[in-house]
Amino acid sequence: MPINYYIFLALALFSIGVVGVLTRRNAIIIFMCIELMLNAANLLLVAFSKTHEATASLATSGSDAQIFVFFIMVVAAAEVTVGLAIIVMMYRNTHSIDVNFLNRLKN
Amino acid sequence: MSNTLQIVWLIPFLPLIGFLINGLGRKQLSKTLSGFIGSSVILASFLICVFVFFQVKNGNTAIVHYFDFINTASLKVGFDFQIDQLSSLFLLIITGVGFLIHIYSTSYMHDEESKDFAKFFAYLNLFVFSMLLLVMGGNYIIMFIGWEGVGLCSYLLIGFWFKDNSNNDAAKKAFVMNRIGDFGFLLAVFWLIAKLGTVNYGLHGVASGSEDIGVLTILYSKLSTFDITGITLLLFVGATGKSAQIPLYTWLPDAMAGPTPVSALIHAATMVTAGIYMIARSNILFTMAPFTQCVIAVIGLATALVAATIALQQNDIKKVLAYSTVSQLGYMFLALGVGAYTGAVFHVMTHAFFKALLFLGAGSVIHAMGGEQDMRNMGGLKKHMSITHITFLLGCLTIAGMPPFAAFFSKDQILAAAYESNPVYWVVGVLTAFITAFYMFRLYGMTFLGKFRGTHDQEHHLHESPSAITLPLIILAILSVIGGWIGIPEVFMHGGDRLEAFLEPVFAKSNALVASLHPTHELSHSTEYALMAVSVVGALIAIVYAWNKFSKYQKSTAEETGLGKILANKWYVDEFYNAIIVKPMQSIAGFLNNVVEKKGIDGFVNGVGKAVNYSSRQFRLLQTGQVSAYMLLMVVATLILFIIQLFL
Amino acid sequence: MGVTQILFWFLSALAVISAIMVVASKNPVYSILALIVTFFAISGHYVLLNAQFLAIVNIIVYAGAIMVLFLFVVMLMNLNADSEPPQKNKYILYGGTIAGASLLLVLVAALKQTATADQMVETNVGHIGLIQNLGKILFTDYVFPFEISSVLFLSAMIGAVIISKKEA
Repeated sequence: MPINYYIFLALALFSIGVVGVLTRRNAIIIFMCIELMLNAANLLLVAFSKTHEATASLATSGSDAQIFVFFIMVVAAAEVTVGLAIIVMMYRNTHSIDVNFLNRLKN
Repeated sequence: MSNTLQIVWLIPFLPLIGFLINGLGRKQLSKTLSGFIGSSVILASFLICVFVFFQVKNGNTAIVHYFDFINTASLKVGFDFQIDQLSSLFLLIITGVGFLIHIYSTSYMHDEESKDFAKFFAYLNLFVFSMLLLVMGGNYIIMFIGWEGVGLCSYLLIGFWFKDNSNNDAAKKAFVMNRIGDFGFLLAVFWLIAKLGTVNYGLHGVASGSEDIGVLTILYSKLSTFDITGITLLLFVGATGKSAQIPLYTWLPDAMAGPTPVSALIHAATMVTAGIYMIARSNILFTMAPFTQCVIAVIGLATALVAATIALQQNDIKKVLAYSTVSQLGYMFLALGVGAYTGAVFHVMTHAFFKALLFLGAGSVIHAMGGEQDMRNMGGLKKHMSITHITFLLGCLTIAGMPPFAAFFSKDQILAAAYESNPVYWVVGVLTAFITAFYMFRLYGMTFLGKFRGTHDQEHHLHESPSAITLPLIILAILSVIGGWIGIPEVFMHGGDRLEAFLEPVFAKSNALVASLHPTHELSHSTEYALMAVSVVGALIAIVYAWNKFSKYQKSTAEETGLGKILANKWYVDEFYNAIIVKPMQSIAGFLNNVVEKKGIDGFVNGVGKAVNYSSRQFRLLQTGQVSAYMLLMVVATLILFIIQLFL
Repeated sequence: MGVTQILFWFLSALAVISAIMVVASKNPVYSILALIVTFFAISGHYVLLNAQFLAIVNIIVYAGAIMVLFLFVVMLMNLNADSEPPQKNKYILYGGTIAGASLLLVLVAALKQTATADQMVETNVGHIGLIQNLGKILFTDYVFPFEISSVLFLSAMIGAVIISKKEA
């Protein structure tokens, strides 16, 4: 498969994630859109790693990218725990998870 | 050779020290102390001046260079003091008369609070300092510093009683009129710099004697007739401002709002002669510009006549003296205009004596009258104030030109020179002299003769002034009487005109130039006698007439009519100036204020503020506080960055 | 068109459509389910690319653990479609959509002509994505970051506990 296809697919997923972050007001959905964007990046990393494996001489070349993806997942998992904790906290205080209520920055 | 003259910096420096002490310590110093400091520094200066004068008399003249005041590639202006016959004579007059007036002031100003008293002396000292700087300055720039300084002091002292607003107006008027003149002076200096590249008098060959005849040729080669005429006319504009000539004379009578010693020192004896000094200093230039000389003579003569006629109808004792000052200054300019520089300087000197005397005498009278200045309310003071009366009478006789008093010689010298130049000048001059004699004795008669016309309180209060006032009067009276004897004309005594001989080096080149241009014909002795006789007899008649008329003066309420009314209103010159200059200026200023300032500039400035205010109110809406809005902006910005990075 | 290609197109379409559903659906539970589908599709891509380890981890960690966590939270809060009123600010809605579309457009246009554009991606072959290979690298070259990540998890856990604790 040409690398272009993977690039376009990843970009599409990423852009959909961006649109979701921009348009939705539900904090959980925004959060999920962020996860979507992370996965788009992951997919692209793996695709490039395979390109690299095809062209490079070393047997293990390209595996760094997959290690990266692994660590991205690790970080994402940690992020999700903390993020969801924050959302729960926010719901407990405002009885809503609408980000428009988080407008304290204005004042 | 200049070792002995090196100390001349002390002459202006001492009054400056006095100014600083009195000015800075005015709250601490007692009246006695500040009066003592103020007077003693002038006395010290005077003593140095006497020493310098004798040095100069022995032929020791110098230009003392202290440091470079302006030093550029194309222009070098040194901080120089020029000590020669002319400046040493002026130094003597300034410090001598100045010292007497300081003494006088210690008594005259004694009613002031001590800090005002100290302030007064500080100003007086600053004035003397500036005047000395003006006279000693070795080039036009240094002279200009002093020139501005005396203008400033004049402003400060006229407005000394600044709580009365009319005094402030008078001060402003003096300052503005002086500024007009100063502007002319400055332009002339710039012109000189542009054409000659120097502002030293030296290049004009004033300082040294005959050795470099080249100066004149250099001048002629560098300056066209137009340049010379322009420069000299502009210098003359400067002189008219400072020396109160037509058309800038109106500030001087108003300047009498200041304390009387100020009128005596600044507005009679010294500052107003700065213009004379400056022209005498630049005599070569002026001699090279016959047209300017003609203008000067005519304006001087016109000023003399107009001011004298105005003085006829004034009732304020100081106003009369002020107009007489203007008139006498007109004489001096007449002398300058006809090339009689020595005569002008001579008259400056004698005028300093007798006018200071008259002003101080008037001050003494005012003091005794408790601040009353209107002559109609005086009269009969002869009985009460004998010393003031006698000295004042001597002053009047002097100004009237009676022999053998000082002004007889100086005025005679001027009139003779005027006759030599153009008999019409002489006729007008002599006529003015008669009028002068008349109004001075009108003043004398109304003040000292007849019956007292004031209130009872005032009559009761009349007294002779204390010795600090009378002593200067006596000294000045003596000087007024004998001061003219240094310039006795040839016809009376061979070699009698010692002043002429003394000043000869200063004016040598001018005289040589004049002699080369049009050989003069000496006046025959009989003509000279005749001229003197006419002026003396005419003045005598005027005196006798005035004496008779005003010794029995009674207050009348009748309004003056005809010419008298015009004269009483000073030819309506103030009104004329008001109509053609002040009013249009005010309306322009009003236009600028109301339209340009309020609508234009304020509108612009406020508009900027309003625009910022409005736009920030709009921009504030971007700050919704909503995360998604910020995110959107972030994405848009990233987009823009991508576009720039990738496609541009 | 081989099986690989068919699978690629199918998985791509599935990923994009379900991603759109994540964003578009009103009910958060549907969003979560759609996201799980997306993750499965991405995992399928990983399998196609012979990255089995990542495919498994993706399913276990993302589709399994993380999404279940999301689901838990949503259900815990009893959120339904009404909990989120429709986006009132239309400018944000349109602006966000247009911005995202423009971003896609710009990036596609930019990356279409890159030097690597016509490189091929190896599918179905290769060893680097296998567990044996990655495990070796992970425990030799990347052992230190691997251990550090445990610290990260620990701190995330403590953080989550402290944040969600009731007011002390």
